[in-house]
Amino acid sequence: MLYFSRAKTIGILLICALGLLLSLPNLSRRPAFLPGFMPWNQVHLGLDLSGGSYLLLQIDFSAVEKQDLNAMVDQARQAMRGQTLGYTGLQTDVPENRVAVHLLNASELPAAEAALNKLVTYAPGASAPNFDVSADGDDTVDLTIPRAELAARETQAVQQSITIIQRRIDGSGVLNPSIARQGLDQIVVQLPGVSDPDRIRALIGTTAHMTFQMVDETAPPGPVAPLGDEALPMADNPQQTMDVSTDVAVDGDDLNSAQATTDPQTGQWVVNFSLNSVGAREFGDVTSANVGKLFAIVLDGKIIEAPVIRVPITDGAAVISGNFTAQSATDLALLLRAGALPAPLNIVEEQSVGPELGADAIRDGALSLAAGFVLVLAFMALFYGLFGWFANLALVMNLIIMLAILSIMGATLTLPGMAGILLTLGMSVDANILINERVREEQRAGRKPLAALEAGYKRAYGTIIDSNVTTLLAHITLFIFGSPPVRGFAVTICVGIISTLFTATVLVRLITSRWYIARRPASLPV
Amino acid sequence: MFMKPMFRFVPDGTKIRFMNGRFAGLIVSAVLSTASVILFFYPGLNLGLDFRGGVVLQVETPQAANFAALRTALAQAGLSDAALQSFGQGGTGVLISLESRQNANETQSAITEVESALAKAAPGAKILSTQAVGASVSNQLFAQGLEALGLSFVMILGYIWFRFEWQFAVGAVTTLILDTTKTIGFMVVTRIPFDLVTIAAILTIIGYSTNDKVVVYDRVRENLRKYKTMKLRELIDQSINETLNRTLGTSGTVFLAALPLALFGGSALAGFAWIMLFGIIVGTSSSIFIAAPILLLLGENRLRRGSVAPKPR
Repeated sequence: MLYFSRAKTIGILLICALGLLLSLPNLSRRPAFLPGFMPWNQVHLGLDLSGGSYLLLQIDFSAVEKQDLNAMVDQARQAMRGQTLGYTGLQTDVPENRVAVHLLNASELPAAEAALNKLVTYAPGASAPNFDVSADGDDTVDLTIPRAELAARETQAVQQSITIIQRRIDGSGVLNPSIARQGLDQIVVQLPGVSDPDRIRALIGTTAHMTFQMVDETAPPGPVAPLGDEALPMADNPQQTMDVSTDVAVDGDDLNSAQATTDPQTGQWVVNFSLNSVGAREFGDVTSANVGKLFAIVLDGKIIEAPVIRVPITDGAAVISGNFTAQSATDLALLLRAGALPAPLNIVEEQSVGPELGADAIRDGALSLAAGFVLVLAFMALFYGLFGWFANLALVMNLIIMLAILSIMGATLTLPGMAGILLTLGMSVDANILINERVREEQRAGRKPLAALEAGYKRAYGTIIDSNVTTLLAHITLFIFGSPPVRGFAVTICVGIISTLFTATVLVRLITSRWYIARRPASLPV
Repeated sequence: MFMKPMFRFVPDGTKIRFMNGRFAGLIVSAVLSTASVILFFYPGLNLGLDFRGGVVLQVETPQAANFAALRTALAQAGLSDAALQSFGQGGTGVLISLESRQNANETQSAITEVESALAKAAPGAKILSTQAVGASVSNQLFAQGLEALGLSFVMILGYIWFRFEWQFAVGAVTTLILDTTKTIGFMVVTRIPFDLVTIAAILTIIGYSTNDKVVVYDRVRENLRKYKTMKLRELIDQSINETLNRTLGTSGTVFLAALPLALFGGSALAGFAWIMLFGIIVGTSSSIFIAAPILLLLGENRLRRGSVAPKPR
């Protein structure tokens, strides 16, 4: 009981000092003189405390899969034509991730299989090919994307989306955004202090896939576009459509940069862009071959404008002039620079809190939390006297250590989250109550102070371990199997239990033993 | 100052015969839990936004809000499902809630319509917060949450079984399930919304309650070794009496921590805190009146070899 080796004492004090040090950053901003390699981790304040926007986005993978299957259809068509193999149809089956090639002659099945097998490739480092080729009946060959490959593509799509959202938000001037993957196909975006959620919503929700397609001026007027064309709506007037070729002349992926400026002649806002070498060459070829014709600039399936090609553009630099305002031109340039999202994102949940909210609510909440904490301290002092104060010291240290751990994890604290921590602290004194009651019992049973402390601690430890381990295991299970909000909560409780086991038992024991050695009391004040 | 303890809940050597009330405790608990389960199905929980889905806007009007004018303006904008509710002091706070929309685009347009209706009916009104949740997410969350809770009960069952005897494990988990149903019943009666925050409160309560049961059981286990011939009923009574000061002390601190939150914490904390207060009372009393009697019923002739005539060898 009394003996703490020097190393152990130093270890305990070091943990306390470390907790104090790591929780300090929460008191102020990062000081300017601090070198960059020094960590400065704080807990984040939840929306209810700081104001801002929270968006939960879900990726629509089916769009990516459809696009992949369409690309496979194109490849298969070229391969079949290259070998002059006849086919009656190329059919995509999105739910099954499959393209079925129906042959004209069943006798050509082996040849078709061989030709299609040549398209199978392995991406660097991939365990599965881009697709599997298999015969299906006598006259059909199936191209199927393997599950593993599909999962890899989905993961890539999520990561790419996060990068692009990050770029877009950084470009919009929002400070300290937090963007994280949640589950398989969801992304959480948190933007503290954002006052204009509409703009952010538009920035994130736009896919921003730009293409350049030739307008089919020979198409007959009417709602149905001829074969090889598609009828796309105009961006500023969705009722009006225009027939354009489905062949993409130049893709926005080949974009190098984009800026919003004003046209010096008209004073209108425009977006300047330049293409990389591949895009510039394609752009040069198309514009050279089609001087005098209409050329559509398409963004996410809507035609922004369809200007006449006056001269061939060979340097890959051009101007988009829709009906832009300063804001919409700036945002379009930002979207084009940041790149297109690999798949559409749907906003499934959103929350935004204005800065005016809650000065009152926060004050009420903070005061009542403080009152709760003070009541716990007062109760322990009245119930146990000196030993209660030892427990209170440990309680304050417990709070500091919890704060330090939550800061390192970059946890987000909301008002209810703080209430949870307060109650965890309230429960943490249970360990000290158990010890003190035990020591009291042992003393009443006639033991001398030191023996009573010795036996009390030893017996109470068993109870403390069993009760805390049970709760810990329950919350670890919740963490493993629960949904994300429950997991966050379970982590906080687990952090609380571990920190409690340290402060309420080890630390209090050290304090008690120091006190005993200094005083050698004739009886214990319990 | 405060060097000596100032008070105790019960004097040392208290001998309350708790097990006399074992049937009363079990019957009251069974009735309350059955009623709670019925309440859960009818009228059912007041689902919060997280689980119901929909849109809630918190609005502050420059003068006291004119609800009639707001209602008319919202109805004219085609938002017939809009529900209005006052919040805060001074009558300037209005909560506008809409039912869940088909998809993100419709939700966005509904929010825009509310904004323009507000501008007409209450010029100068500020939107303090907007919250929109799709309904599809919530079902998935709910099912996953229940599954996780069930698994964590299995975990508790396994650990107590491993550390004690199966009678203890069954007693603890049965009591936990009864506690949880009563908390749900309490939420139905008080109409405290069931959302992610109140789920956190329920989990905290389950943690507290588990802790409390293990402490009482731990003392029973110890006394089983110490008093080889004492009847199980007396032994359980003695164990509860011996741990009574700690039981009341711990529940007292947690209760005191939650009390200011419930009374003055404001709408963000009140629901959470009331569930905690209710849960502390239920969790503490169930350790004594449910978990211990179950142990007595299950263990009467098994845990206590001394209480039956020893078998002839």
